[in-house]
Amino acid sequence: MTLTVNDLRVHYRTLRGEVRALDGVGFDLADGEILGLAGESGCGKTTLGKSLIRLDGRMRHVGGTVTLDGDELPLSDDRAMNAYRFHKISLVPQYSMSALNPTRRIGRMIRELLASRGVTVDTDELHRRLALVGLERDVLDRYPIELSGGMKQRAVMVISTLLDPSVLIADEVTSALDVSNQQAVVGALTGLRDKGLVTSMIFVTHDLGLTSHIADSIMVMYAGKLAEKAPTRTLTTEPRHPYTKMLIGSLPQVGARYKDKPLSGIEGSPPSLLNPPLGCRFRDRCPLADARCAEEPPVVEIAPRHSVACWKAA
Amino acid sequence: MLTLDRVTKTFRAGAFGGGSTTAVDRVSFEAAPGELVSLIGESGSGKSTIGRMVLGLTRASSGSLTLDGEQVRPGKDFYRRVQGVFQDPFSCYNPVFKADRVFALVRRAYHPGVPDKEWADRVEKAVRDVRLDPGQVLGRYPHQLSGGQLQRLLIARALLLDLRFLVADEITSMLDASTRIDVLNLLAGLKERGLGVLYITHDLSLGTYLAERTVVLRNGRVVERGDTQKVFGNPLHPYTRTLLAAVPRLNEPWTSAEPVEVCAFHEGGAPDTDLYETEPDHFVACAGLPDCGRTSA
Amino acid sequence: MSTLPDPAPEAPSAEVPVAKPGRESLHYAVRNPKLIIGVTLVLILLAIGVVGPMLLDSGNPNEYVGPQAAAPDGTYWMGTTTFGQDVYAQFVHGLRATFLVGVVGGAIAAVIAMVVGFLAGYRGGVTDEILNMLTNVVLVIPALAVLLIINAYMGVRSVAVQGLFIGLTSWPWAARAIRAQTFSLRTREFVDLARLSGSGTWRIVFREIAPNMSSYLFMMFILLFGGSILIASSLDFIGLGPTEGVSLGLMLQSAQQWSALQLGMWWWFIPPGAGITAIVGALYVANVGLDEVFNPKLRES
Repeated sequence: MTLTVNDLRVHYRTLRGEVRALDGVGFDLADGEILGLAGESGCGKTTLGKSLIRLDGRMRHVGGTVTLDGDELPLSDDRAMNAYRFHKISLVPQYSMSALNPTRRIGRMIRELLASRGVTVDTDELHRRLALVGLERDVLDRYPIELSGGMKQRAVMVISTLLDPSVLIADEVTSALDVSNQQAVVGALTGLRDKGLVTSMIFVTHDLGLTSHIADSIMVMYAGKLAEKAPTRTLTTEPRHPYTKMLIGSLPQVGARYKDKPLSGIEGSPPSLLNPPLGCRFRDRCPLADARCAEEPPVVEIAPRHSVACWKAA
Repeated sequence: MLTLDRVTKTFRAGAFGGGSTTAVDRVSFEAAPGELVSLIGESGSGKSTIGRMVLGLTRASSGSLTLDGEQVRPGKDFYRRVQGVFQDPFSCYNPVFKADRVFALVRRAYHPGVPDKEWADRVEKAVRDVRLDPGQVLGRYPHQLSGGQLQRLLIARALLLDLRFLVADEITSMLDASTRIDVLNLLAGLKERGLGVLYITHDLSLGTYLAERTVVLRNGRVVERGDTQKVFGNPLHPYTRTLLAAVPRLNEPWTSAEPVEVCAFHEGGAPDTDLYETEPDHFVACAGLPDCGRTSA
Repeated sequence: MSTLPDPAPEAPSAEVPVAKPGRESLHYAVRNPKLIIGVTLVLILLAIGVVGPMLLDSGNPNEYVGPQAAAPDGTYWMGTTTFGQDVYAQFVHGLRATFLVGVVGGAIAAVIAMVVGFLAGYRGGVTDEILNMLTNVVLVIPALAVLLIINAYMGVRSVAVQGLFIGLTSWPWAARAIRAQTFSLRTREFVDLARLSGSGTWRIVFREIAPNMSSYLFMMFILLFGGSILIASSLDFIGLGPTEGVSLGLMLQSAQQWSALQLGMWWWFIPPGAGITAIVGALYVANVGLDEVFNPKLRES
């Protein structure tokens, strides 16, 4: 098991109180596994990704443990985490392509970054890795503005994985890209995993269609909690949680037409995590909800590797 | 009826500079009342520039844009009939004012004589029409509302005018899958009321979900257009095929695009046009194959 | 962006759908301690500057009225100078003159900066090129040197004329800043939406763009205001200040010139120094408060 997350709770401090962005999430990430993390905005998926790397000033680790390759990560100790960041666990953030310094050539930026981490660059290795994600080696001599969004995103991926981390977290890396670039980025990510440069990966996105192409298993989150986790095929074809079902139902497929069969979204919006409601958090939007849902449903493994937090799923 | 006839937009680089780029190159298509036309292209294809030209926010360098036979001319009278909704709902609202100020602006410009009570009723009706609860959204600041709510308020705003045509530029790309489809269904509702809609998107599956007709753009030029089912049921241009193949589908692996063997444009006798009509309401540009007489790059 | 519930939901505004931003800003303005403190302090100093001179027996603050170099006492509240001038009389007159040069210089510079900055930023293209060129030309002119020449040749007699010349030379940096801000706000979609609502150029500039930078504009005015005071003091220093009257800058200058610091005559330089600091500082505090009033996101503290 590369990564084991156990009952992780992370809260945000705000002026109005604590926002329980992650409220007891647990899962395992096997060696070589790509886990897709899906859910609406505000469900805690970005918070989860960030917590594994660095808690920003407003975030507080309230409970739970994260074990990476047998070591427990010192989540709340910013200094101690330095030993793991980039070396063992790496993050490609959502807007990483705009994070490239516009006044530096890509190559120089990489050298400076590695120097600051006390690592020297193996130029041949760098070239090999660029080729792996489908980039020419001359991108090293170019400025960020000369690259397309997809190329920048792939360059950042190469930088993030230079030290062969155990876990790479890709946070919405494809959201701002066109379909052909999405395909290239997803291909590059899979390539990094297949070559063993990254042991395992967490692919955060709100696009279930795209996730199904890259992920071995998918975890759906809702309001800071796990709703359902299953192997990709199972989750997309036989979802058990009503939220997963509705999420998949709201996904227009190529060829689906409003004229023939209008799709429907999910009414309402996720609850505020400042004072989350008791019981099942999806209750208010759930068509199946009844009195029992006032009690919080536990996460139950209804089939091997298929866990659901819903009273109606069993 | 919105008609674009060989519309071109060239941007100069620098006010006194000599360089220029052509963002939109001789684009022609029509959108009839009660019809939704989707304009599909990747970033840099010029699709948003076309939307801005239809709205009169950017002037075309050449060619003509007409609505019901009249030239597009920005001004009060024009905006009574044509409105737009844009990509980023948060950027569409002036952050220092309450969100419902967008209604007040419409009132000031178009309905100054309407009494307060009647106007409030109209606003409330429009807000209900987009399936929002007036008590929940009126009197709030933009940052207190969600993207989906803001986007729907903008559609409600357009409903307060005698609207004939709506330009919807990537209106769902910032929304979650769960709310995205509701906003699209609203567009379908508008269309059924007899409005013409130009839906600009990079997401092919969303475009095909609603549109009667589709225009595929690449580098400012139309590569293929016509009836949606014909264009995507039988794509003739290699770019359309690539685009179609790149769309991620649930549980179906990516397939590589089927290569185009024969350029339909030249096969059709390469008449002196930009697009060749291969079948009724299905136009295609030169495929740019190595043995083509000319290329449409 | 999540939808957090409004902490204090207002009454459903269905009856009054037309927002009244003015009234609402006022509602928050009178509840903002920073704004109240800042404005109160400025008003007090202004009142001293306006009313103070009227209550004095003599109209000329430079008269030699008392003992030389006396420390503050009941008669001379702020003591006297080396020559026996009443520091309090100079201070209240100086406050008035300082306010005047700040307001005149700051206002003229702010108006020019706003017209040039908004127009260049919003219109862009050739308008921008021309205005930008003008701005850059004025920016690189050594303003102090020009003021020296103007003052030396024309012989500036009154504080208002001094303010006028300062205003005419100190606007470029502010115009550039406004232009840059306008440039970035112009591309925001709410500006497009205002155009789609049939609003004209100046309406968009003043009703859509300017409110987004209102606290910035105010801060700019404060800086121009303070800058005018400082430039005026520099001119006073080399004897090119107004030939009539007194200003806080002039007071500081004579204090420095006659070694008040070395002689331990703190009452001579502290009042004018504190006066300048208090005016500019109070305006700054008010500005921070204004930011909270204008920006609804900052209100929820």
